Amino acid sequence: MSLVKEFTKGIWKENAVFKLLLGMCPLLAVTTSAENGLGMGAASTFVLVCSNVVVAILRKLIPPKVRIPAFIIIIATFVTVVQLCMEAWVYGLYQSLGIFIPLIVVNCLILGRAEAFASKRPVIDAAVDGLGMGLGFTLALFILGAVREVFGSGAILGFNLFGASYQPILLMILPPGAFITLGLLLALMSRMSQKS
Amino acid sequence: MENQLYLSSSPHIHSGETTDKVMRKVIYALLPATALSIYFFGLPALSVLLICTLGCMGFEALSCKLMKKPIALADGSAALTGILLALNMPPSSPWWLALFGAAIAILIGKQVYGGLGYNPFNPALVARVVLLISFPVQMTSWTSPAPLGSGLDAITTATPLGEMQTAVMLTGKLPELAHSGFLDYLTGNMAGSLGEVSAIALLLGGLYLLWKRVISWHIPVAFIGTVLVIGAIFWAVSPEKYPNPLFHLLTGGLLLGALFMATDMVTSPVTNKGMLIFGFGCGLLTVLIRLFGGYPEGVSFAILLMNAATPLIDRFCRPKIYGQAEAKA
Repeated sequence: MSLVKEFTKGIWKENAVFKLLLGMCPLLAVTTSAENGLGMGAASTFVLVCSNVVVAILRKLIPPKVRIPAFIIIIATFVTVVQLCMEAWVYGLYQSLGIFIPLIVVNCLILGRAEAFASKRPVIDAAVDGLGMGLGFTLALFILGAVREVFGSGAILGFNLFGASYQPILLMILPPGAFITLGLLLALMSRMSQKS
Repeated sequence: MENQLYLSSSPHIHSGETTDKVMRKVIYALLPATALSIYFFGLPALSVLLICTLGCMGFEALSCKLMKKPIALADGSAALTGILLALNMPPSSPWWLALFGAAIAILIGKQVYGGLGYNPFNPALVARVVLLISFPVQMTSWTSPAPLGSGLDAITTATPLGEMQTAVMLTGKLPELAHSGFLDYLTGNMAGSLGEVSAIALLLGGLYLLWKRVISWHIPVAFIGTVLVIGAIFWAVSPEKYPNPLFHLLTGGLLLGALFMATDMVTSPVTNKGMLIFGFGCGLLTVLIRLFGGYPEGVSFAILLMNAATPLIDRFCRPKIYGQAEAKA
């Protein structure tokens, strides 16, 4: 497979959220606004690319029996880097994402790519795969966050859309809203891939 | 060849009952409560009723058309959902609230699961709870009844249950209205959603359904009985703090819920034993939410939670297959 294909498969054909239903915990928990979705997506993408690269470099050194702990340590290292950086430079986002930043460690999308892809492929492939998968994940988080923000707060990325007379649908920024939106989006996605 | 033998699979005897007949009977049974709500709350109640009912039918037709299914308006289920939803709304609901509720009931509560018969939750209750959580201000702005022709203006007030909860929270004691005014509660002369106000009208409808065998006694009796018994226990322990069981029975949506919502055939268990368990669960949750929960009224949450437990109850109460030996435990 060419590098372009490795890159694009993560965005649509094997999209972590819409096709594989991975990474549900951050997806449902932090997408109360488009901005939170983007922030979480960017952080996860960074961790994914870095951990994929390091796992691919070390793939011949890591003994198969302890590969999962080794992957987790690599991932946790980059999550710590992201967490400290966010605390330093984007404190507001850091606060609104809260516990879900350290929880990137247990995002099964990242461990899944390390296990299924990066531990078997050269470094360049792994980096491109991580970037594609990460962008696909970010896209999904952004779409979900945007839909929920538009209906639940009447705004997008903080800009008020409908004026003061709009009554926001509070349910959409509460947990049930995440499940309902995701379900409807999944239905829409499978409808679209059925047609094509 | 004229005396051909026709073979078909069972069942061979049909009761003649069809979906549209059942739905029509339930709608008839709701007529007294509907009429009384219009009498007590006037034109706003009528407009909420019309918007909910027509809205539900409209969304039903729309989703059938989108999914290229035959448009199933004639079975009356969408209209019934609309009426039940309207009976669950405050009379002062703005038009968009009623319309949004209709959309939620039909689209999210019913059609995404595949339409009538596949929905795990009662669609009207799904809509009510979504509205209650999304628009707490509008869904809890109650008005006191202003009967048609009395010339009174509707005054914003709290429901008896709401007032009780606030009073217990602030003073630790029951307000005066928990000890008196039962005649008003019985006829429906109190603040509340359209359908929860008149006990007599609801009972009339419920008796009609029992007589016509649309519902069986198991769920309503178990539901209301549990509420009365548990309510009485709390009352006996501390009559200062907990209301009389009659207060539980006559205020709030208990009768509407127990007679018309919990008995929904699609979302309740099929065996008699299962129905008793279902009714008990609804009653228990209702009292617990009313006395200790964050919301003053718990009937809708209780029924929805038990709807979720229905497949489990049905599994537990599966009748023994005829001719099979008892399985050894």
